[in-house]
Amino acid sequence: MADTPGTVLGTSPDEVQFRFRDDDVVDHGTVTVDSFVDQSNATAVRIEPGDDARELLPHLDRIALVEVNFPVFGDGRGYSAARILREAGYEGELRAVGEVLIDQLAYMRRCGFDAFAPDTPLDMADAEAAFARWGNVYQHAADGAEPIWQLRHG
Amino acid sequence: MNILTGNDLKSGAVVWWDGTGWSLYVDDAVDVGDRAEEILAREQSARRVNAAYAISANRDDNGVRPAHIKERVRALGPTVRPDLTLKPKDPAAMNWVI
Amino acid sequence: MYQYDSYDQAMVDTRVEEFRDQTRRRLEGKLSEDQFKPLRLMNGLYLQLHAYMLRVAIPYGTLDSRQMHALADIADKYDRGYGHFTTRQNIQYNWIKLEDAPDILADLAKVEMHAIQTSGNCIRNISSDHFAGAAADEVADPRPYAELLRQWSSFHPEFSYLPRKFKIAVIASDSDRAAMKLHDIGIQIVRNDAGELGAAFFVGGGMGRTPMIAPCIRDFVPLDQLVTYAEACLRVYNRHGRRDNKYKARIKILVHEMGAEEYARQVEEEFAHLLEQGIEPPLAELERIRPYFADPEFETGLPSELDRSDPEFALWADSNTHPHKTPGYVSAIISLKPVGGIPGDASARQMHLMAELAKQYSFDELRVMHTQNIVLPHVRIADLHALWSQLEAAGLGAPNLDTIEDIIACPGLDYCSLANARSIPIAQRISERFAAKGRTRELGELKLKISGCINACGHHHAGHIGILGVDKKGVENYQLLLGGSEAQDTSLAKITGPGFDEAGIVDAVETATEVYLSNRTEGERFLDTYRRIGMEPFKEALYG
Repeated sequence: MADTPGTVLGTSPDEVQFRFRDDDVVDHGTVTVDSFVDQSNATAVRIEPGDDARELLPHLDRIALVEVNFPVFGDGRGYSAARILREAGYEGELRAVGEVLIDQLAYMRRCGFDAFAPDTPLDMADAEAAFARWGNVYQHAADGAEPIWQLRHG
Repeated sequence: MNILTGNDLKSGAVVWWDGTGWSLYVDDAVDVGDRAEEILAREQSARRVNAAYAISANRDDNGVRPAHIKERVRALGPTVRPDLTLKPKDPAAMNWVI
Repeated sequence: MYQYDSYDQAMVDTRVEEFRDQTRRRLEGKLSEDQFKPLRLMNGLYLQLHAYMLRVAIPYGTLDSRQMHALADIADKYDRGYGHFTTRQNIQYNWIKLEDAPDILADLAKVEMHAIQTSGNCIRNISSDHFAGAAADEVADPRPYAELLRQWSSFHPEFSYLPRKFKIAVIASDSDRAAMKLHDIGIQIVRNDAGELGAAFFVGGGMGRTPMIAPCIRDFVPLDQLVTYAEACLRVYNRHGRRDNKYKARIKILVHEMGAEEYARQVEEEFAHLLEQGIEPPLAELERIRPYFADPEFETGLPSELDRSDPEFALWADSNTHPHKTPGYVSAIISLKPVGGIPGDASARQMHLMAELAKQYSFDELRVMHTQNIVLPHVRIADLHALWSQLEAAGLGAPNLDTIEDIIACPGLDYCSLANARSIPIAQRISERFAAKGRTRELGELKLKISGCINACGHHHAGHIGILGVDKKGVENYQLLLGGSEAQDTSLAKITGPGFDEAGIVDAVETATEVYLSNRTEGERFLDTYRRIGMEPFKEALYG
């Protein structure tokens, strides 16, 4: 997908409703994966569901923000994209954007997202309950949570 | 005639649009003409019905009869469990469904 | 049997509260039906033809009497006094209210049960061999591996919005009693030449509108890499499975379009990467799970002879028992296929009785078969007559396992909003016809499977005789298929030709059996004869 001239792709810091990082919010100016790979000075990139997150791996040291777009909440490719980046050691901001809803927040967090910019702002109380709900997890993922099997066996 | 059917959001029960509300009985269904979209949108957003849609039907001396077998089964209940249909005491009730 | 520890219990309890909260938000209008639907489906709640339907998971088909009693209580308290056992070893209730669903899940959690991921585009309840732990031919009990995978797949953060549903079966013998190769992933626990246990992975099988038999993509995955390999299989699918067309979104289409070799290569690449990530539970976790499935304390020196003095009992015992690995025991099958009955349905009263009998005669254990019957896995041969007498009195003594009366049928248009035609009445008419003519026993093993639509929940592709209900201009019509099998000799059935109406399909089945009877050679099953003589003689008799 080519960038449309005159429009700014991506979400602005103002649209970030939840952020689990202490560093400064990265501004938008996000480019597509294709143009990012050709463009040596970009520091923020936006992943669409069909993009291959692994194309970014050689460039991780210069990325400060990756936005992963969920155009529809039922398309789960963004969860894999997020984990692939975290597994490769990416430590910058990983922002879920698009149709981000209450009931997907916990899984997104587990896959390594640490910022959320939903198209439609979420009810704060419901979102906080969703983030806090799962005290334990069955799997090792990208959030550093100790899986139950680890708790069982030390 | 065009009639509307859906399920009650809380109970899941099959219901039919009777002109002012949602009835359990297909015979109460009314012809909505070309107003289906409008009524469905209004009723669903008010959560008075769920998963509702319009179908064609005929009215004869005995009542309202949906055109397709699927809605005829919906109207009465499972053909294999007459005891669980809306007319458990009427063995002939099933005759028009199939 | 597996027992929850405090972690497992907390997970299902949290899930109940999460769903209670989701239901509240739906009823308050904070969630649209489009947003709520995948959430309720991942808790087993469908909106069906007449009401909500709840599908409760019975992990790997194993449950104890306490759980079966609880299932019966739910049928009485929240439904209309019965339940339906499914082709994936689960149970469904047909008349559920949304506002009751959180309470039902809470009742289930009290007996270590749940409805987690029994629907939705996620990893579904894992099925297994209904004779696991009792069969003489298994290399190991497959259920510890299924339990390991149950925990791995529950609330999986990356794989809960897959392109489509995802079904896994685990077996551990060369005999396939779980239709393993017709699953998205079929896992066979095997022993290699060095005597070590591992897992063979078959990926990309399925029924539905495009039936496929899963190819083996790796013949041995070491046990301490099982979860990692499964994760790799799923990740390749989640990233590359088709999302443009729901009818092409199952993994079988990906494997088919990509080619099994290329798919396997990509899985290997992902697997190598994931091995570095430390996602595999230690073998100690498998060792922790295994003892829960240890043999009960079987008695030794039990008599193995059957008292055949009661001919009706002898008939049932010959038909409805399966050899056990321990002398003096058998696995006994409770048929949920009474002649003219609804395949797989059981009343609350029958469920309570089956629970009592399991406690009395089978070390408190029951199994659900994918053929919609119930197994008491460990019964003393000496107790069989007493068991049978009680089953017979409750209408559960049909001596028809694996016969033409033992029909698999989906709920069909009587209950299901996807169905095009009714399935249950066809099953009823067929079992009545053959029972009335006294033909059932003469026909021997004959697996007949009926689906009311192309989604194939009734496994019609895998029937020796299959029936598929279709909608022909608003009228129910039934296609006949022959030659399928879901056992170790997996094959897909072929359509005979033009379809039949309700009465015609029953006649057509009878005609097919007549072709078999007049062509069979000594010891041949229907399927064997079909495979030897081919479709032509059947077509000739049906349409000639």
